[in-house]
Amino acid sequence: MSLRGAAFIAGAYEHPLRSIPDRTVPQVHAEVAAGALADAGLTLADVDAYYCAGDAPGFGSLSMAEYLGLRCRTYDSTETGGSSYLVHVGHAAMAIATGHASVALVTLAGLPRHGGARPGGSGRNPTAPEAEFENLWGSSVVGNYALAASRHMYEFGTTSEQLAEIKVAASLHAQHNPHALLRDVVTVAEVVGSPLVADPLHRLDCCVITDGGGALVVVSPEVAASLSRPCVKLLGHGEAMKGGDGGRVDLTYTGARWSGAAAFAEAGVTPGDIDYASIYDSFTITVLITLEDLGFCAKGEGGRFVQDGRLVAPHGGLPFNTDGGGLCNNHPANRGGMTKVIEAVRQLRGEAHPAVQVPDCQLAVAHGTGGALSTRHLSATLVLGVADA
Amino acid sequence: MTEPSNLPRRSPYRTLETAAFWDACAEGRLVVPRCDECGERFWYPRLVCPRCGSAAVTFVEVSGRGTVYARTIMRRGDGPFRDVAPYVLAFVQLDEGPTLMTNIVGADPEAVAIGQAVRVVFDPVADSADAVPRFTPVA
Repeated sequence: MSLRGAAFIAGAYEHPLRSIPDRTVPQVHAEVAAGALADAGLTLADVDAYYCAGDAPGFGSLSMAEYLGLRCRTYDSTETGGSSYLVHVGHAAMAIATGHASVALVTLAGLPRHGGARPGGSGRNPTAPEAEFENLWGSSVVGNYALAASRHMYEFGTTSEQLAEIKVAASLHAQHNPHALLRDVVTVAEVVGSPLVADPLHRLDCCVITDGGGALVVVSPEVAASLSRPCVKLLGHGEAMKGGDGGRVDLTYTGARWSGAAAFAEAGVTPGDIDYASIYDSFTITVLITLEDLGFCAKGEGGRFVQDGRLVAPHGGLPFNTDGGGLCNNHPANRGGMTKVIEAVRQLRGEAHPAVQVPDCQLAVAHGTGGALSTRHLSATLVLGVADA
Repeated sequence: MTEPSNLPRRSPYRTLETAAFWDACAEGRLVVPRCDECGERFWYPRLVCPRCGSAAVTFVEVSGRGTVYARTIMRRGDGPFRDVAPYVLAFVQLDEGPTLMTNIVGADPEAVAIGQAVRVVFDPVADSADAVPRFTPVA
């Protein structure tokens, strides 16, 4: 059984705010749930499967399902960090394909600017078996990504200027997004001239910290056919964990090597067929390595690939993160996977900002990286298409 | 004996799986877990082999020598590391195989380079027999 065509994304909603001082995290979950369901033309009463991750307070999907008043047939609290929501779409499709769901709701919300969890989250939990072998040495999220960047530079000659091209492209897109936290266009010189946080990563190599959230509604083909909004077809899904491999550490690649291959195979398409890419951009290095691992260029060629405006919409060779991404627009709850799917849906519906809408966008990839590059992460890839793809 | 570093240290959180590792550190010895079935020397310490799944694991002493595999200069730290930046966070590949996360101390952070040879040093924890293993460039 394949997931190709087994489910459609019928609703997508990104919370418009980036600072939310006056609401609780459950309230924001409820807001984004209502937004995505309204987008789909459905209601809470239609939802028969519910998905949330570690950002949801309480006892996984139990607490939020009760809070929202849901009565479902399927509950799933799969927690893989920022990639959770791409995993949820895949799992929702599995539930739909096997007759265990017809309308699946996925929600994300968090308030890190107002007392919520800072980056690192559950990964810093001292009871995790690996935690003491990282915490004692002053490890941090940005430090872990910087280690991967340092090795990529050593092996392949990747430069800070090449990494900066990724931030520049994101900023060129964010200028058109009225909700983006950072809307100023930046230059390569400004990125490499910003303060180092953890060498070789500068402040402007890092994503933003924002309050907010987002939600998705994933439905069966039958439900999709009954709705008036354009639905986005799930073509392929892949997930893969990559960790320290018992001490055989290789920081030059990510789990995207495996999750991407699985998703493209299921979809029956190749990276060369993709019109638009949403690539998790916790840091610039995350994008560069992921592009290589998904097969958009050869290993080690990412630095050259992102040069010369290739990532810039609408006319670059591979337009990416046209909402401004986590680097400029939004990284709600320190988890960027949800907004990756949402912008891919906008592109495939032709509803991205006109300045960044990819002409005749038929096929998109959305990729999430949860955890951290150099220690352990879960990569999740979705290949998505227009309804008749 | 190398001077202790300026980096924070505390007694490690021991579990039934990791006590033997930390006890060896307290004695100034670096050990790694080795699988009795497949022979893999692995990291991090645990009592199941991530290569073959065997629960027969023995901690074996290693030379404490290795090579810097990746490194970053942390310009700001969290928690106890807040006031000690800049400091070097690194992966070191031990001569015996496995690669582990650590700090490189006793050197100018800017001068620490991938490929550099390093050796283990133990930072003693005050009012305790415990010690935190870190690495320093081989002179």
